[in-house]
Amino acid sequence: MANGNGASLSPPQLEIDSVSLDFGGVRALSNVCFNIYPGTIQAIIGPNGAGKTSLLNCISGLYRPQHGAIRFEGRNIIGMAPHAIARLGIARSFQNIELFRHMTVLDNLMLGRHIHMRSGVLSGGLYWGRAQREEIAHREVVEQVIDLLEIQSIRKKTVGTLPYGLQKRVELGRALAMSPRLLLLDEPMAGMNSEEKEDMARFILDVNEERGTTIVLIEHDMGVVMDISDRVAVLEFGQLIADGTPEEVRTDPKVIDAYLGREHAIRQG
Amino acid sequence: MQSGTFHTSYASDMALRPYWPQRVRIAIVLIAVLIFPWFADRYWLNLANTIAIAAIGAIGLNILVGYTGQISIGHGGFLAVGAYTAGLLAVRLDMPMWITIPVASLFTALVGAFFGLPSARLKGLYLAIATLASQEIIIWLLTHGKLLGIGESLSLPPATNNLFGVPLNALGNNDFVFYWITVGFLALTVIFVSNLFRSRAGRAFVAIRDQDIAAQVIGVDIFRYKLLAFATSSFFAGLAGALTAHYRGIISWERFTIDTSILYLAMIIIGGLGSVSGSIYGAAFMVLLPAMLANLARSVSGVVPDINSYLPFIQQGAFGLAIILFLIFEPEGIVKMWRNVKDYFRLWPFSY
Repeated sequence: MANGNGASLSPPQLEIDSVSLDFGGVRALSNVCFNIYPGTIQAIIGPNGAGKTSLLNCISGLYRPQHGAIRFEGRNIIGMAPHAIARLGIARSFQNIELFRHMTVLDNLMLGRHIHMRSGVLSGGLYWGRAQREEIAHREVVEQVIDLLEIQSIRKKTVGTLPYGLQKRVELGRALAMSPRLLLLDEPMAGMNSEEKEDMARFILDVNEERGTTIVLIEHDMGVVMDISDRVAVLEFGQLIADGTPEEVRTDPKVIDAYLGREHAIRQG
Repeated sequence: MQSGTFHTSYASDMALRPYWPQRVRIAIVLIAVLIFPWFADRYWLNLANTIAIAAIGAIGLNILVGYTGQISIGHGGFLAVGAYTAGLLAVRLDMPMWITIPVASLFTALVGAFFGLPSARLKGLYLAIATLASQEIIIWLLTHGKLLGIGESLSLPPATNNLFGVPLNALGNNDFVFYWITVGFLALTVIFVSNLFRSRAGRAFVAIRDQDIAAQVIGVDIFRYKLLAFATSSFFAGLAGALTAHYRGIISWERFTIDTSILYLAMIIIGGLGSVSGSIYGAAFMVLLPAMLANLARSVSGVVPDINSYLPFIQQGAFGLAIILFLIFEPEGIVKMWRNVKDYFRLWPFSY
């Protein structure tokens, strides 16, 4: 937090360079340009259908933009397969929970360790020596994530049986188990009550501060966004209309017209 | 949830059977399996061998359909590849079974991976139709077998049934000796597949079944793992096919048609999708049902003399009825029924 000003001195970790994405005749993103700096919390806000999730899908390789470049630590990742992008150190959660519903919490988190493990079908089937040592070593890493997110009591529960708020937390856990350098969170607090939101905000700040993970956050709760993010980018109809510190964005007349509304601006002073 | 067990290391917490009642049950089953052949006659040994071979094939199919979520109706074709590879190696090159069985299994794995290629683009029912094509292609190659020099059927030289030079018929009668071979391979299969699904590759298979997009985003190369699932599944189909070839001594393509593929699908649906033990229950059910009906018919044939001529229809009807009843009353299969029984006794005498 609050290192937003200093961050612009270091080179950006992720450069989104004039990205355009079309679905047939519909332009989902048009010429979007902004940088995300290492160790910051970057919020992306905007009305429904503005292209926020489409942008995340471009970064994680699920969509392929027609124009522009997305550079992660200097390397263009457009055209790379999603699993190859994950290996570079980019993790994400989804707006609608996309967990492995029939598996336990532990197995979901262990899948987060997939890219850091080696054993294949043969060594896994024999489960002897290296494969077993590897499973145990990565179980320890997973247990650290479990401790951080305070989900010890549900580690052997099947994910599909958990309540919504906990599923959201497990999905964050799966992304954290990947030990990512860049974490994309698509509405991690959607549908939560304010207590659950506070918990989630605390986890996001903990991860950012303790692990130094860069976080990109799509969120509709302006209170949370303005409190925890270092920089805020605003999308409307696929175009970037503002990018700056929460203070700058809050007072930007274009953002007030497009998204926040007059009343909000007045109430916030 | 079992309580009262306190694990002090990750290794013991991650064991396959972490609780003592599970270990006691395994011990009882093992003892029963070891005692059975000394008391059973050849009819029962034959049934047991058939079940063990079918269970290996069913576990193979379950890897692909139950665990990885790729529906296949080409399993009969892969069984045929295993059986004919072992058969041809034995007939043409006089290779003994301890060479033909592993070679046939590995070759079937390769063939399976090849026919898994459409899974890169196709999902669900569309993939199922593509696997149907693989079934028909394999059977076509076998029936138009002049390419491979196969007639209507293939008889394996009995001398190839030897283990490292020791002929099997020196060890006892065919059914008795093969009991140890088929049950031994089944035990190895069960251990291997159980381990697989508590480690990295197996988890990736299940991830593809549950949520393929999320699987990609956490770094699973889903095309590679689908091919691996096809290869692993076909490996066990090949093993089951090769065992069939050496056990029966004669193979013909009629054993491996689409009927067989559907029979195996029925086994894993009735037994329990995504479950190793379910595959065994399903295989046992599908082998024992027609056999028990035949026994029943024999015992009532004095009262109803015509019954033997109706028997094939009764067997087919019972087969269909069983599938329908399971789909209505217990879609999760025998393994769920067994779990309900265990839960009842765990809580007994309190119902909650």
